[in-house]
Amino acid sequence: MTLDNPTEPVKSEAKAAEPATPEKARAAKISMWGLLWRDKVALVAAAVLVALALVAVLGPTLVGDAATDQDLAAGVTPPRLGDGWVNWLGTDPLGRSLLGRIVVATQTTFSVAVPAVIISMVIGSLIGMWAGYHRGVRETIAMRIADVIMSFPSLLLAVVVLYVFSPSAANIVLVLAITRIPIYLRTARAESAELQSRTFVDAARTFGTRPNAIIRRHVFPIVLPTLLTVATLDFCFVMLAESSLSFLGIGIQPPDVSWGLLVSQGRTYLQTAWWLSFFPGLAIVVTTVSTTILASWVRIATDPDQRWRLTVPRSSRRKLARADKAAARRRARVGAATSTVQEKR
Amino acid sequence: MLTFLRKRALTSLLPLLLVLLGVFVLARLTGNPASLYLPESATPAQRAAFTERNGFDDPIWRQLLDYLGGVLQFDFGTSLRTGEAASTMALRAFPATLQLAAATMIIAIVLAVVIGSWAAYRPNSIADRISSFLSMTAASVPDFWIAIMGIYLFAVVLGVLPTSGTNAGALSWILPVATLAIRPVGVLTQVVRGAMVSALSAPYVRLARSTGAGDVRVVTHQALRNAAAPALTVAGDLTVGLVNGAVVVETIFGWPGIGKLMIDSIVGRDFAVLQAAVLLTAISIFVLNVLIDLGYALLDARVREKAKA
Repeated sequence: MTLDNPTEPVKSEAKAAEPATPEKARAAKISMWGLLWRDKVALVAAAVLVALALVAVLGPTLVGDAATDQDLAAGVTPPRLGDGWVNWLGTDPLGRSLLGRIVVATQTTFSVAVPAVIISMVIGSLIGMWAGYHRGVRETIAMRIADVIMSFPSLLLAVVVLYVFSPSAANIVLVLAITRIPIYLRTARAESAELQSRTFVDAARTFGTRPNAIIRRHVFPIVLPTLLTVATLDFCFVMLAESSLSFLGIGIQPPDVSWGLLVSQGRTYLQTAWWLSFFPGLAIVVTTVSTTILASWVRIATDPDQRWRLTVPRSSRRKLARADKAAARRRARVGAATSTVQEKR
Repeated sequence: MLTFLRKRALTSLLPLLLVLLGVFVLARLTGNPASLYLPESATPAQRAAFTERNGFDDPIWRQLLDYLGGVLQFDFGTSLRTGEAASTMALRAFPATLQLAAATMIIAIVLAVVIGSWAAYRPNSIADRISSFLSMTAASVPDFWIAIMGIYLFAVVLGVLPTSGTNAGALSWILPVATLAIRPVGVLTQVVRGAMVSALSAPYVRLARSTGAGDVRVVTHQALRNAAAPALTVAGDLTVGLVNGAVVVETIFGWPGIGKLMIDSIVGRDFAVLQAAVLLTAISIFVLNVLIDLGYALLDARVREKAKA
């Protein structure tokens, strides 16, 4: 990162100076929904996440008692299609439907990951923007605290804390939120420190706007897209961390279930019933992969300079990228020529 | 060079002390180990004797001062479970984790550089898109799940690899290292690809091509050297994160490393061993960070000049 810095301001000036290409002008007119519709891979990822969110909210009521109903005679049935959805993913040794248990676990998993991400994002970005805007001692203290949290493996910290304060869902959310604060703090601080030296912030300051109002009206809207992208990616991390903790036995406690706990419980029956560990883990993978795909789409869609790339189908992007590179080279040549002319004058 | 090291040590000392302090206080909040180490039938007098012998009846600040005084004389306390010196136990477990981490990172870096460069050579080609998708998936797979599926496939179904332990020689390394390497390979491949795409379109690469240098030479001599810095940063973070993975993987595969030692000593309220292990981990992370900074200086002349100034 530090190595890129010397070239960065130059790049952004060149961007500001260059005329808007027809592609960019066209892309600016298309709504976010329109862009999402055009990128089918991102669309599928978004659809999967919406479906999972619906399952998390409505699932437990739809499944009803199927997740807890025991039927020892039907224990350890392998997955099979046909005769009702209950047996699609097989049953556990107590004859409970694995699909039903996964659906119920979806709610637990989301109700830990979503609050943890939101809490760490709000706290981290508020402190980060404040520290970056004011610079000086406030910045140093905030960054040192972030360093302390970051300097130690988060999972281990969570293990120690959860062992002390009994592993309840609220405590897991709290521990995960605290360990993830530095990510947002660093991002927000870096952007806000850069923004506070810009002319529009200077102008606001000259008119007597108070620091908090400047942060709210001028810094926050610009930092938000970056923070949202980071949050989307971090959702994966938090979900994986919760599953790891549950797997180690200090996360979600039975009789509640989360995906990580299901994998852990299935491990005992690995010899006889592979599906008990396989499907809950697959649910984790599907969720994290969809989130990652969507995050990389959001990153491009919220960047006015790259947005146009999403208006063309994936297959022809390669050609366009080549044309874009050639155009950049041409511009660079023209730029070099004009600057030498100016030097001669 | 020495001033740099000294500055680095001073700025890292505070976080290190804070982490140790936090673990010390938190560990003592888990309660008196007496209930865990003495039988149910122990008399109150026996409990009091145990508590007093181990110093758990002192106020917590007194315990902390005693401990820090001991640390300065390289006395890290004794284990409640085994009666051994805590430092001996931590140092014995350490090489197992270090070997695991080193093997993992070497494999991860080699794979990531090869796949990442290959994908970046033709951006948006079929090969690029396949490797992008695979690396993205690899970066978001839970390690414990991969470990269990690996055990199921290779140990239970095929029966070619051992399920756990270190007795089977080279074979027992395959599953733990593969499990640990999956996420670093995925993340690093993405980073190497990104850095190589921009390096390959840089003017110096075009210059090298115009002098008649072959494709392989351009990739290895020009592009890779310039793409190495961002990859090095991420590789460092991943190595620190490997301790997280080691806790899980060592527990699953019964690997006698520092991660397993820490989990065992938390559950067994073996404070001295936990503190020694935490301290050792924190110090090795510090050493790693210094090595990475030195790596930057090796790679980049600009950093070298700045360090001299």
